[in-house]
Amino acid sequence: MTMFFRSLVYLFLLSPGIGPAHAAPDLRLATTTSTENSGLLSAILPLFEAKYDTKVRVISVGSGKAMKLGENGDVDVVLVHSRADEEKFVAAGFGINRRDVMYNDFVIAGPKADPAAIRGSGVLTAFGKIAAAGSGFVSRGDDSGTHKMEQSYWKATGVEPAAMSGYVSAGLGMGEVLMMAAELRRYTLTDRATYSAYREKTGLEILVSGDSMLFNPYGAIAVNPARHPGINHAGAMQFIEWLTSPDGQAAIAAFRVDGEQLFFPNAR
Amino acid sequence: MDLLDTTREAFRLLYSGDPTLWGIVWVSIKVSVLALVLVGPLAVAAGFVLAHLAFPGRRLLVILVQAFQSFPTVVVGLLLYLLLSRQGPLGALQLLFTQPAMVLGQMLIAFPVLAAYTLSAVQGADPRAYETAASLGAGRVRAAITTLWEVRFGAMAAVFMGFGRIISEIGCSLMVGGNIAGLTRNIPTAIALETSKGEFAQGVALGMVLIVLALAVNVALAAVQGQGGMRRAWQP
Repeated sequence: MTMFFRSLVYLFLLSPGIGPAHAAPDLRLATTTSTENSGLLSAILPLFEAKYDTKVRVISVGSGKAMKLGENGDVDVVLVHSRADEEKFVAAGFGINRRDVMYNDFVIAGPKADPAAIRGSGVLTAFGKIAAAGSGFVSRGDDSGTHKMEQSYWKATGVEPAAMSGYVSAGLGMGEVLMMAAELRRYTLTDRATYSAYREKTGLEILVSGDSMLFNPYGAIAVNPARHPGINHAGAMQFIEWLTSPDGQAAIAAFRVDGEQLFFPNAR
Repeated sequence: MDLLDTTREAFRLLYSGDPTLWGIVWVSIKVSVLALVLVGPLAVAAGFVLAHLAFPGRRLLVILVQAFQSFPTVVVGLLLYLLLSRQGPLGALQLLFTQPAMVLGQMLIAFPVLAAYTLSAVQGADPRAYETAASLGAGRVRAAITTLWEVRFGAMAAVFMGFGRIISEIGCSLMVGGNIAGLTRNIPTAIALETSKGEFAQGVALGMVLIVLALAVNVALAAVQGQGGMRRAWQP
């Protein structure tokens, strides 16, 4: 028995040492579920890690939580999509060096029958029609970037979603919300990457896409080292520099799922 | 926001009677109590039968009931999701993402806990209670009720243990309830969501309510059992 516990202790003590040692300290990145679940990060991060001999530890959560982790100094750098909050984050002194990285786009998915007849409309027209028809909408309801985007459309349409019949605030991730929309036969706003991954399972169709209001820009921000001296600031700056460099931008553009490009580099 | 600020904000939310927060607490209590009321009699009866009657396959059933006490709640959720989804055999009922679905899930989770605790309580009881009742002309059901009355503290412990397990359960509630605001969002799913949003105060406030609920149930149980134990000690 003692032997057993002793070996357990050794196991825990030794485990950080397992695996190749890196020259640079680990970089902690908080990012959105869309970049992780789509497979983008596993496609581009190894290139960065190889070039700088480091290891990126990814924490994928909603944009809101990702920035909260940054604010608390629990990560070194964030890669998120919620422009207004990103600007507030920088203005409040939580982060520095915000750079545009890329964008992807949102689509409105819904049942094939399209009860509110939104197929092919602009995004605001579609939201107005869904509200008027009372055909129901499943919202992320989790303060994620996607949820914020949805709220901005309701605001522009002048509809109070909470008062709308069939509006459901799920408080779940994108995949779960797509499954729920399919079960309840309602509409939802989704990023194209997650939609593609769930198309087969849900049978939902893209009814609205291509509206310039649906473009969703991602920004990278380094956590402010003045607030959290212990963080890996050099690594964060290196990462942002690489993401926005021709190398990083090319890697993003080269990433495909089923032959479809999901993220479009737009660093300046 | 540091821990102190978060806690202060949590207390403020609790005392200000925040309707969203107390609405979530109400969903939790309603679903779990309803599940217990519905599954309680069934599970206690099952526990009694397993303890009292000898029939082929009894041993296997006892082992199963005891093993299922630690059945992962997410697996219960998964099975129920498959049954209730539109493509599933019970899809026509359209129960997925409703409170009845959560109640059903919690009933499944509570059943083995209640049955196993009742089983051991009845096994530990003095068999003379049943025999005496039977010899005084009581029918089988009447004698069974007499026995259960004798072990009422054990049976009550079973109910409280079951409550403790389902009130804090998240896996199944999240999957079949869907964490819908104002409808199927209960304390555990709300805590998970608020944390993922970075709204720690709301999560801490709900966590405190959950802990108080769990403590209250245990204190109530201890009080009830304490009295029962003392009475027995004083009357040799």
